[in-house]
Amino acid sequence: MGEQLAFYALSALILGCAVIVITAPSAVYAILFLVLDFLFVAGLYVVLHAQFVAVIQVLVYAGGIVILYLFVVMLVNLKRPPEAQRDRRRRSRLGVALSAVVLVEFAAIALYGYVAPEAGPAGGGLSFSNVERVGWLLYTDYLVPFELASMLLLVAMIGAIVLARREL
Amino acid sequence: MIDLIVIPLLQIVFVLTGVLIVVMYLVLLERKIQAWVQVRFGPMRVGPHGILQPVADVLKLFVKEDITPVKADKWIYTAAPIIVLVPALIAFAVIPFGSSVSLFGKKISLAIADVNVGLLYIVAVASLGVYGIILGGWSSNSKYPLLASLRASAQLVSYEVAVTLTFVSVILSAGTLSMVGIVNAQYNSGVWFLFVQPVAFVIYMIGGLAETNRSPFDLPEAESELVGGFHTEYSGMRFALFFLAEYTNMIIVSSVATTLFFGGWLPPFPNLKALAFLYYVPSWIWFTLKTFLILYLFLWIRATLPRYRYDQLMRVGWKVLIPLALANIVVTGVVKVLLGR
Amino acid sequence: MPAEPTAPQPMFDTDELVINMGPQHPATHGVLRVVLKLDGEKVIDADVVIGYLHRGVEKLSEHRDYNQIVMLTDRLDYCASAAANLVYCEAVEKLLSLEVPRRARYLRTVLAELQRIASHLVWVGSHAMDIGAVTVFLYALRERELVLDLFEEFCGARMTYNAMRVGGLPQDIPPGWDKRVLAFCAVMDEKIAEYETLLTHNRIWLDRTRGVGVISGREAVAIGLSGPPLRASGVRRDVRKDEPYAAYSEFEFDVPLGANGDTYDRYLVRIEEFWQSTRIIRQAIEGLPEGPVLAKVPRMIKPPAGETYHANESPKGEIGFFIVSDGTSTRPYRCRVRPPSFCNLQALPRLVRGHLVADVVAVIGTIDIVLGEVDR
Repeated sequence: MGEQLAFYALSALILGCAVIVITAPSAVYAILFLVLDFLFVAGLYVVLHAQFVAVIQVLVYAGGIVILYLFVVMLVNLKRPPEAQRDRRRRSRLGVALSAVVLVEFAAIALYGYVAPEAGPAGGGLSFSNVERVGWLLYTDYLVPFELASMLLLVAMIGAIVLARREL
Repeated sequence: MIDLIVIPLLQIVFVLTGVLIVVMYLVLLERKIQAWVQVRFGPMRVGPHGILQPVADVLKLFVKEDITPVKADKWIYTAAPIIVLVPALIAFAVIPFGSSVSLFGKKISLAIADVNVGLLYIVAVASLGVYGIILGGWSSNSKYPLLASLRASAQLVSYEVAVTLTFVSVILSAGTLSMVGIVNAQYNSGVWFLFVQPVAFVIYMIGGLAETNRSPFDLPEAESELVGGFHTEYSGMRFALFFLAEYTNMIIVSSVATTLFFGGWLPPFPNLKALAFLYYVPSWIWFTLKTFLILYLFLWIRATLPRYRYDQLMRVGWKVLIPLALANIVVTGVVKVLLGR
Repeated sequence: MPAEPTAPQPMFDTDELVINMGPQHPATHGVLRVVLKLDGEKVIDADVVIGYLHRGVEKLSEHRDYNQIVMLTDRLDYCASAAANLVYCEAVEKLLSLEVPRRARYLRTVLAELQRIASHLVWVGSHAMDIGAVTVFLYALRERELVLDLFEEFCGARMTYNAMRVGGLPQDIPPGWDKRVLAFCAVMDEKIAEYETLLTHNRIWLDRTRGVGVISGREAVAIGLSGPPLRASGVRRDVRKDEPYAAYSEFEFDVPLGANGDTYDRYLVRIEEFWQSTRIIRQAIEGLPEGPVLAKVPRMIKPPAGETYHANESPKGEIGFFIVSDGTSTRPYRCRVRPPSFCNLQALPRLVRGHLVADVVAVIGTIDIVLGEVDR
């Protein structure tokens, strides 16, 4: 009962913040509400007994990635370039088209792709095994994707440094 | 009902009041200790030997004129100091101040919440504090504070990596992420982790100095910076909050160091039967004592060392501390495997 | 070549940024204004604006008697007043072809070296404080109090001494003063070792000062540097050795030289000068002759017509006085100061070019200027 309440409350907050993110007047406000959004998502993870993922969500997403967004927004003057599209109707037509595509996708997943969640692994709710379980999974079943992801991050980092280096 | 709501509430109120008072007196302590190192007395007028100086400071900051720069973003200008202070305060939720006390027949643990990912929680919460600094500089609507705040936050983010890596080696030695669990691991192994992970401790101390913008890593707020850094435009109560946040962060760093490396609330050589009499001293006194010793180290370092230039600061963080921390993890892992534990 | 961004104009042009440091600034040692042209963090150029402390000392001295001008020279380098007193008096004595009694010359040497210690103490304190080691400043000023006490005993003032007259000293030293000076030298030797412990091998100090503000010997001579900045670049030039004045020819002392001409070398040179100063003072006090302290000088000093230039080694560099007398007046026709700080300050733009903003403060400290001297 408490879990359900928490779930609905958090979801409402998440969706509300997301709406504000899209409609906020200034980019910085949008980013701040995005951070709030991520914090609520972390709350959702806690409700699902995934404390480790919740903390990592805060640490990496809210506390790392969005900070970079903030840096970029602050250093770059986000004014509309003069040749941007001024036609409002074209924007809303595009919006409607995209939402229709997304809705069709959701419907397809709901009807054909829905798989009932398996009962959680035995002892899955035990506190001490949370971090351990993730660790085991990452390094045994999902080792290759994990290593690939880290390679990707490394490439991105090197690319950024190369681009930013000034030729003196 | 009582267990679920009343006791935690009491704990929270107690800890928050305690922390705020300690922070106020930490400011006085810093001035006094710096003064004594510099062959002078420090604040002496307000109250005997300056004991009431923090009261005077708080009063002054309260009654100062509330200035907001004209084009500053009002909401964020006010919110920024709060965003810096709140993560610093909520990090106290997982710090174990002692083992437990018996009050009115109930056993109350001296850690408000013993989360099983306690250490990670502290790191996560610390990373949120960076927002306040960036927003503080940006909302002042002035070039120099913005640049200074971006540099300060870059410094924080870089040293966070090194500090988190030292945590990994401590976690390897302790086998758990929970703060109480780490202290218990030190009890079981009979020796403080200071002796098991000395390199991690040194890296953590240096990283802690950089995380809290303390000397020798305080260039972002020094006068050699052409302006006062990210809090140039702040005055009065808002500035007070920035200030409070810095000292609260210092206390967090010291508390975490105590828990991770100095055995938390345990007396020295916790397993030795001969020293069992040390257990008569309440656990929270041991904790407080150790935390204050580490805080004294912070203040001592500030009084002694010159300041690093910004690029040298980043060099130390990236080129020295991180490789060292990584090497430490590798060595810890290898040793653990070899010892079969 | 990195790809040109097609995004709109960034908020901060990564071109030049011009910022202003001073005249009110905690780290510019007085009312100095430096206009910096930055490229990001690097200094491209520095423009020094002075004159905020100009009081017309040279013009005023055309309307003062020769002995009255001593009081004006106090206020040039107010951290080392006795040094300016000395060089001025000696310049006038040169004009008058006056011989100063031996005791006066010894005592003048002692006062000049005490002054060198006092000035270097202010230098080490403020330089360290600018770089962040605040404690050294308090320790240095604690020792400077001892020097100021000695001066106060001798001439009654702590800062603007008016300690010399044309022909010698206004009065003899009080009884016991020489013993107190020796006691001070003993204390000073201990304390210099203390400052060295705090700074000389400190990793952070080395990182902040080595390689910062480098100037080669040849360039230093070309710009006109003098004093410790010149000697730190390897040029052996010390007026005390090359053209001895007061009683310096009778004492043994070394002139420290640097090798690289960076901030660290200037630091080492000045620290070594502390040691040499106490050495000279000891020799002077132990060999102090008896005798008068003031030569027979007429009440109204009217030097014959002529001009002279006389230079000394003040703590900041070579200080010189060029005095023109027209033979008929008790006032000089022209009295011109060659201030070491002014000439050394010319090197500032050259020294900070290419360094970061945080180094500007270190370089200003290492040149060791006093605005009183720069602006006169």
